[in-house]
Amino acid sequence: MPKITAKDYRVEEPIDWCPGCGDFGILSALQQALAGLNLLPHQVAIFGGIGCSGKAQYYVNAYGVHTLHGRTLPYATGAKLANPDLTVIIVGGDGDGMAIGAGHFVNAGRRNVDLTYILFNNEVYGLTKGQASPTLPLGLQTKSLPEPNIQGNVNSLMLAITSGFTWIGRGYAYEVRHLVGLMQRAIQHPGLSYLEVLQPCPTYNNLHTRDWYAGKDLEDGRSRLYLLEEDGYDPVIPPGASSEMIAAKICEFTARAQEWGDRIPIGVFLENRSVPTFEERIGKRIPTYRMAPPARRPIADEDGRTITDLSGIFAELTMA
Amino acid sequence: MNEHQKDLAWRVGGPQGSGIDTAAWIFSRAVAIAGFHLFGRREYYSNIMGRHSYFDVRVAHHPLTCHRNTVDLLTTFGSEALARHAISVVKGGGIIYHADSADEPLSRISFLDARARADLEAYLDERGLPHSTAGLLEDARRRGVQTYAVPYDEITSALAKKLDVPKAVADRTVNTIAVAVSCALLRHDPRYLIKALEKTFPGRPKVIHMNVQAIELAYEFVQTHFDTRNFDFRLIPAEKIEPRLLLNGNQAVALGKLAGGLTFQTYYPISPATDESVYLEEHSNFPTRNGAPGSVVVVQTEDEISAVTMASGAALTGARSATATSGPGFSLMVEGLGWAGINEVPLVITLYQRGSPATGMPTRSEQGDLQFVVHAGHGEFPRIVLTSGDLTEAFYDAAQAFNYAERYQVPVIHLLDKALSSTTQTVEPFDVSSIRIERGELYTPPPGGNGRGPYPRFAITESGISPRPFLGQPGGIHWLTGAEHNTIGIVTEDPVIREQMVEKRARKLELALREIPLDEKFKVYGDRDAPFTLISWGSNKGAILEAIECLQADKISARLVQIRLLWPFPKDELTPLLKSASPLVVIESNYSGQLAHLLRAQTGYGANYLIVKYNGRPMSGQEVYSALKAIYEGKSEPRVVLRNPYE
Ligand SMILES: Cc1ncc(C[n+]2csc(CCOP(=O)(O)OP(=O)(O)O)c2C)c(N)n1
Ligand code: SF4
Repeated sequence: MPKITAKDYRVEEPIDWCPGCGDFGILSALQQALAGLNLLPHQVAIFGGIGCSGKAQYYVNAYGVHTLHGRTLPYATGAKLANPDLTVIIVGGDGDGMAIGAGHFVNAGRRNVDLTYILFNNEVYGLTKGQASPTLPLGLQTKSLPEPNIQGNVNSLMLAITSGFTWIGRGYAYEVRHLVGLMQRAIQHPGLSYLEVLQPCPTYNNLHTRDWYAGKDLEDGRSRLYLLEEDGYDPVIPPGASSEMIAAKICEFTARAQEWGDRIPIGVFLENRSVPTFEERIGKRIPTYRMAPPARRPIADEDGRTITDLSGIFAELTMA
Repeated sequence: MNEHQKDLAWRVGGPQGSGIDTAAWIFSRAVAIAGFHLFGRREYYSNIMGRHSYFDVRVAHHPLTCHRNTVDLLTTFGSEALARHAISVVKGGGIIYHADSADEPLSRISFLDARARADLEAYLDERGLPHSTAGLLEDARRRGVQTYAVPYDEITSALAKKLDVPKAVADRTVNTIAVAVSCALLRHDPRYLIKALEKTFPGRPKVIHMNVQAIELAYEFVQTHFDTRNFDFRLIPAEKIEPRLLLNGNQAVALGKLAGGLTFQTYYPISPATDESVYLEEHSNFPTRNGAPGSVVVVQTEDEISAVTMASGAALTGARSATATSGPGFSLMVEGLGWAGINEVPLVITLYQRGSPATGMPTRSEQGDLQFVVHAGHGEFPRIVLTSGDLTEAFYDAAQAFNYAERYQVPVIHLLDKALSSTTQTVEPFDVSSIRIERGELYTPPPGGNGRGPYPRFAITESGISPRPFLGQPGGIHWLTGAEHNTIGIVTEDPVIREQMVEKRARKLELALREIPLDEKFKVYGDRDAPFTLISWGSNKGAILEAIECLQADKISARLVQIRLLWPFPKDELTPLLKSASPLVVIESNYSGQLAHLLRAQTGYGANYLIVKYNGRPMSGQEVYSALKAIYEGKSEPRVVLRNPYE
């Protein structure tokens, strides 16, 4: 089999993002990450939300599903549970995931299905022209807001850990090499992965721009972004970890997830291997689940007759 | 049954949570095992414990299709049931009640609402009787009803002593005792009751043993305390016992889905749909004829938006996928319905209507969603809407829904109601071997394909159907989107492609109308050539069939046209029947006559008479018969509302 390259994941479609948009970096990282894992394009299904970011799935040569605003997670969950051999990736914006889709985000965490959710965080609603999204801090005023933001923001990393996501990371749209690695680790993690990507939106977010992330306004001119792994941070919760250890990890996680402003961490925040996946939980109830998942379980014989044998159930219901 | 009556109507009522349901199932099994046909109807409040609930079981030696308003033998737990139903018991019938509730003032019955109390008080005033259960019992006696006071506590104390168990444990058999008292009065052989217990508590020998002892005590009690000679209802078992299934509507649908190849089901809890998914989950693993593993994955989601979208996601991979809900849930699902429509997703939605709008009456029945369901969603997209009139149809339709969904690549809505979901009935065994699985036009992946796209998933075809690849298949890569799209699924706003796609999707329904067999569109019952034409849909079928029989006894012939395919509407085949209809009567369980509107919009024929019921309860055969008789005799208003304040 010839080696898969990023080219296999490219499509001819014209890309309709604004010039300089952070989404380009994320897209390129995604194509490289998939190729690097040597996955065949048809084995991958990408579920997009509604927004500029949700369009990313059109630009990848793989099965692409552009869902409804906020509904990426349930669509993707259905596909993955029905066919656990698919590699399922979700792409969508902060408005999509943290506002209209917040309920699904929390409940996806409770299940821990083996999915990878990549959230493009530009702190605004791009496609509807720059309204504040749930990740924009209280009181900030980006250029398309008539007044400063009157609502507070949600910390999506914190929401992810309290909801039960078992892999949590953060990347930056212009650190493509680093992002490729993060995506690959997220995809390889057996369980629900949440990767937040800080994404400049040059059209609407004039506060947290590429220059701002690069720290151009800071005295020492040093990038605001630092790598967690270079800072000695260990995200791993091993299988069978004690509750004390988990509590300690969550404390460290929380401290890092709160950092914002002059120092912003990127990298892997959590890799929790102590929680069984939803697929494993189903497998306990349905021993043949992996072998004959819903997408592939035979349901008819050659003549199209149903093979379901209800005679046992009918016997219970038969009165005689 | 006595000689004057062809059937027996037994009712058990009491506070929710006191085991009314179990009592009814035990009684139903005990009569079904003896070869009787039965029809059961369940009424309850949206409450877990305390409010009034009751179960009607009608028993006969011929198939029964609906409940009766009158009661022959009433078994009550507590004074409320006695107060509410004593009035419905017929002359010659009987009332079994707890000795403690013999004289309870109506004003002390906390859940007896003001309206019901005022009605009963007026009734008692007319007869010069006190406002109490004693007054109602006295009224019953005057009307020739036998009354039987049962001291349940004494019987369970005796049982506790006999078995040397605490009284509280023995008290658990009260339902069995009540059923046993009924059966003893009906002179039903206790062996059937014992068999019924074995069916009700499989694998629990201790429970069975205790209940068997309770039955003995109850029979003994009846024989020593009551003179049963003047109670002339009897259960005489069938000479030849034919095995039949005893089940309810939720079970019939669940089994139909399993037979139809369901592998993935989602739901968010809601009455009266939940029981179907719970039953499916109980049967997650089941055998298949060829030894391959059979299973269904059932997921309880966070809401109905998730239920419908998750089921759609699964359907895209090739799984036969469904969700089940009722009106409030379907309202939330409408967003996902449109997505399934434009993406041509074969998705099955089972919708059990209940009293609406908003939260409405969660545990009561209505057919108020027809117009909503056939039009639900913004914009235009094809969908198929099926509706079943009884449990047998519900089973086969549930299986067939998947075939339609996959053949036409559309969402299919199987529209039922609470009445049908909670109907228990004996039915002839289902013939699973008659079920065919048709998966529609599928794309076959080339061997050894590397998976480079794109594939024209939405190819413009003459039939409107484009061969469908499953997510994950090599060579089939395409995109799906809620936006208008080109053949590979990429968003487009091109006016020409837009027209082509709209037309392609619309053509699928034309094809469906041509292909779907006539008797899956509608069925005609009664005298096919009679001009007296009744048109209806869903669970009213049973009541109308009984009404037609009663009319026949009066030498009036009528025909029922039972609509089974609500969308696309089978207008062409219906037109000749409508042309020869005189009068044309539409019968349905809603206020406005939603089917009548659809009929007029689709065919131009309006109803001469409309018979409706919207108090949240199903129609009985008697009610429909009286209304039809009045119409036939020219004594009816064009709009007839069926009412019964004692349901
Ligand atoms: C149900 C619904 N409501 C509203 C919209 C309009 N809408 C389109 S994109 C969008 C916001 C997208 O913002 P975000 O998720 O942050 O993504 P971005 O465009 O910033 O990448 C909204 C509200 C919609 N498509 N559907
Ligand atoms: S609006 Fe912002 S997020 Fe959307 S494409 Fe333009 S730059 Fe990117």
